[in-house]
Amino acid sequence: MLTEETTQDETINATTEPAPEIAATISVAGAQPEIIPDSENDQLKIGLGEFEGPLDLLLYLIRQDQVNIYDIPIGRITDEYVRYLQMMKELDIAIAGDFLVMAAQLIELKSRMLLPRDPSAEEEELIDPRTELVDRLLEHQKFKAAAQMLWSRATVEQAVFTRAELETDKNNPEVAVALFDLLRVFQEILARHKEEVQMEIAREEVSMAEMIERLRNMVRSAGEVNLLHFFEQAQSRRELVVAFLSVLELVRLSEISLCQRETFGKIMARAVS
Amino acid sequence: MSEAGRAKRKTGENLAEPEDLIAAEVDNGSEIEGHHELSAAELHGAVEALIFVAEEPISAKSIAEVLKVEVAAVDDVIGDLAREFDKRSAGLQLREIAGGWQIATRAEFHEHVRAYLKSKPSAKLSLASLETLAVIAYKQPVTVPEILDIRGVQSPSAIKTLLEKRLIVARGRKETVGRPMMYGTSKEFLIQFGLKDLTELPSIEDFQDLAGGGS
Repeated sequence: MLTEETTQDETINATTEPAPEIAATISVAGAQPEIIPDSENDQLKIGLGEFEGPLDLLLYLIRQDQVNIYDIPIGRITDEYVRYLQMMKELDIAIAGDFLVMAAQLIELKSRMLLPRDPSAEEEELIDPRTELVDRLLEHQKFKAAAQMLWSRATVEQAVFTRAELETDKNNPEVAVALFDLLRVFQEILARHKEEVQMEIAREEVSMAEMIERLRNMVRSAGEVNLLHFFEQAQSRRELVVAFLSVLELVRLSEISLCQRETFGKIMARAVS
Repeated sequence: MSEAGRAKRKTGENLAEPEDLIAAEVDNGSEIEGHHELSAAELHGAVEALIFVAEEPISAKSIAEVLKVEVAAVDDVIGDLAREFDKRSAGLQLREIAGGWQIATRAEFHEHVRAYLKSKPSAKLSLASLETLAVIAYKQPVTVPEILDIRGVQSPSAIKTLLEKRLIVARGRKETVGRPMMYGTSKEFLIQFGLKDLTELPSIEDFQDLAGGGS
């Protein structure tokens, strides 16, 4: 993309004015920022690299002719502007609507300048018809200079480094669960289980494969499962052991990950995405 | 248990100690009606430590809250620290940015830091984005049509980029036809452009001479 822009600029310079050094520095208040090829696609950027819009082009023409911005020879500048648009057309560059609007405004301005002034006109009509355009150009130029200032600030700022992020529970909850934490939860359940279950009725034996499947489904449907809840479903000591082993197994297979947001907090099983 | 294991455990014990100490200190503090006096040297060190460890620039107020001291006292200490850093003039600087304080490397060592971090200066913003950002920074809160007026060209993608990079934020809607969204700069903007606050931006009128003079 950059090479394309360069070639186009060269073509244009060759055909219009032998003032390449001005062309090279027009972008922002007399300095040449790097033009960064990025994902942004302001239509004009592809077309004419340097000229972001009609005001840019106009400023360029004014500088090239080295005319006073407060006393723009509207006729000449308008002609050059229109010639530029034609050249863009010949080069098969899509011309954005903004450029055409400006062309129309310039031509209107030109015609108003050509008309003799009405001697009996009211005071307000004696104001130079170019004033509005000049104000816009100056305003635009100010912000181009401000953009240049921001650019150099950002460049300096990029050379300054702060220390790297610290690893804390906040930014990495997954590190916090150790095997002992898991065992502790398991102990809790086991202890509670002892108290609760007083009578055992004939029970179904759940196989390891079934238990893994159960956990898998829970994690899949809820997205996140509190291990405490999972273990509580177990009907017997044996089932609990199987449940515990199935957690280990799924972690080993990297199907789920365990995380704990705070020390001694809930341990959550999550599907590994 | 292996040598390494034992060493690790020992470190663990060592780690626990300062925590206990701090806990004890806090307890003492609360006993004397929550008024625990840090010695001048302690305050000095604590402030520096907090600035070092803070992820974002930390304000004197936040530091004062953590250390339970007056903001003015923290301001004094920061002033001293800043002078120390300046006097030392080594690899680090203490600087005020986005309403807080930050310890950062000095810009002149960027080559070496980059070599170590294996990072290249990243292409930051396109010209279109920078110009749009400049308009927003100086005219905020500002609407899209107002930006168009100054830039003379539409800038939807630039605004999108700036929002994605969190350099600008929506600031509600303007009570006018169509109720357009207004935009302003964010704290991230101050950080990325190394500004204490918005008043540190050079006045837009200062660019007048620059703009008019050339032609």
